[in-house]
Amino acid sequence: MQRFPCPFCGLRDEREFHFSAEAGKTRPDTTQDVSETEWRDYLYAQANPVGVSEEIWVHIPCREVFLMKRNTVTMEVLSSRALRKEHTP
Amino acid sequence: MTKHYSAWSILKEGLRHHKGWGKAWRTPKPQAEYDIVIIGGGGHGLATAYYLAKNHGITRVAVIEKGWLGGGNTGRNTTVIRSNYFYPESVALYDLSTKLYETLSRELNYNVMFSQRGMAVLCHSEPEMEMAARMVNAMQINGTDAELMDAKDLRKKAPVLNYSNDARYPIHGAVWQGRAGTGRHDAVAWGFARAADQLGIDIIQNCEVTGFLMEGGTCKGVETTLGPIRAGRVGAAVAGHSSVMAGLAGYALPITSYTLQAFVSEPLKPVIDTVAFSPACGAYFSQSDKGGLVIGGGLDRVPSYAQRGNLPMQEAVLSGLVEFAPILSKVKLLRHWGGTVDVTPDSSPVIGPSGVDGIYVNCGWGTGGFKAIPAGGYLFAHLLATDAHHDISRPFDPSRFLTGHLIDEGAASGIAH
Repeated sequence: MQRFPCPFCGLRDEREFHFSAEAGKTRPDTTQDVSETEWRDYLYAQANPVGVSEEIWVHIPCREVFLMKRNTVTMEVLSSRALRKEHTP
Repeated sequence: MTKHYSAWSILKEGLRHHKGWGKAWRTPKPQAEYDIVIIGGGGHGLATAYYLAKNHGITRVAVIEKGWLGGGNTGRNTTVIRSNYFYPESVALYDLSTKLYETLSRELNYNVMFSQRGMAVLCHSEPEMEMAARMVNAMQINGTDAELMDAKDLRKKAPVLNYSNDARYPIHGAVWQGRAGTGRHDAVAWGFARAADQLGIDIIQNCEVTGFLMEGGTCKGVETTLGPIRAGRVGAAVAGHSSVMAGLAGYALPITSYTLQAFVSEPLKPVIDTVAFSPACGAYFSQSDKGGLVIGGGLDRVPSYAQRGNLPMQEAVLSGLVEFAPILSKVKLLRHWGGTVDVTPDSSPVIGPSGVDGIYVNCGWGTGGFKAIPAGGYLFAHLLATDAHHDISRPFDPSRFLTGHLIDEGAASGIAH
C-alpha cells in the first residue's frame, strides 16, 4: 500500500486520497467573453504527462485540498504542499 | 509454404513434420514513403491497416510499433466483447464491432475464438431492476439484443453465484446480452496482422516514433528510431500513450491515463460459462478455455503510466468478486497485471482529426478498447482513406468537447469506471 503525504495529517494510506485535477489551469474570466475553445481547454484538455506531474488532490478525512508532485511512471511522490495562502509549511 | 490455415493444411503439414509453415507475417524494412502511416501495432492499429487494404484498396500503408504486436492493452484485457451500452451512438459503434467479430475468424482465416457465451450484468435491488428494465428497453430500441432476466432464470445460466436471500447484496436479476462473449485477445492482433500483411501492408516492429515531420504546419510523416518515414496521412492508435503523441505533435487531448488491472486464477474445472458482472460489487469474471478465472474491475484511482496496479484496487476487485461468488474465496491467483488505459471525461472514444493537419487519432477507448477493435479499425480506416467520418464514428469526433455533445457512458451504462 502506498502512502501519500497530506500537508496537514502527514503520511496516510492512499485510499484516503482523491485525485481531483491537473494543477496549473486557470478558470476563464467570465466577466469577459470566453470562447468555446477556451472553455474546452479549461474543462477537458489534459497534459497527462509521462513522468513528473503536478496535481491537485483532496485528503478526504480532513477535506484539505493540496498540491502534490508525483512521477506517473515510478509512482514516487516528489513533494506536497498546501494550497491555502495562510499556511506556511 | 502453407499459407492458408485449415484442417486440411494441418493434416498435410502433419505428414511433412510441420516443416512447411511459413511465417505469419514479414519483417520488412521501412520504405521512405507511404500513403498512410499508422502509429501503434495493437488491435486498433492492425485492424485499421487491414480495413484500409480491404475496404479502400489502400496498401501503401505501414504500421509502426515501438514494441511487439499486441503488447499493450490488446494483450492485457479480460477479452470481453459486448454491446450492452445505453446511448444510440454507443450501441451503433459497439454493435458494429460485435457483428464484425461474429464473422472475423472466417474473414481473417485465423481463429479469434469468439465465444458468444452471453453476459449478465447483475442487479442487487428492486430499484436496480427498474434501471435494468430501462437499460434493456434502450438497448432493444437501439437494435441490439437484450433481455431482462429474473434471478430464477439467471440461476440456470450461472449457478455459481450467491443467490442466498441473506447475501449483503442479494441477486434480483440481470441485464442479459446473449450475443456478448469472450475472444482470444492475442489472436485478434495476430489475425489482423497476418491478414494485413498478406494484403501488402508493412508491419514494422521495434520502431518507436520520436517526432513528426512538420512542413508548413502540416504533418508529412514521422521521425522514428529507424529514420524518417514520410506519409500522406498519419493515424495514431496508441491508447494509453495518446497524450505522448499529442505532446510531440502539439495537439491537446481530453485524456487521462490510468492503470486498469486484471487477474487470472489457477485453472479450475468449469464453474461458469458466461460473463458475470456486478456493478455494485465492482468486479466481473468469466472462465477461459484453460480453466482460469479471468477477473476484472474498475480503474486504479491514481493517474499512472506504470503498467502495474496498486493494492487498494486489487483488494476492492477481489473482495467484490467474493461478495457475489463466495465459493471462489479459496481460489488462488496465478497472475495479475496492469495496462495503461486512456480515459476520456465521458468514457467514450475519440475518433477524428487531431487538430494538427495530417494527423488523425483513434483513442480514448479507456477500459473497453478490446471489444471495439474491429469497429475502431473499420471506422478509422474510413476516416484515413476518405478524410471524412463514417456515420457511426461522427458522434465520436473530438469536436464534441467543443459543442458539449458528450456521450456520457460512464454515467449511463454502469460500466466500471
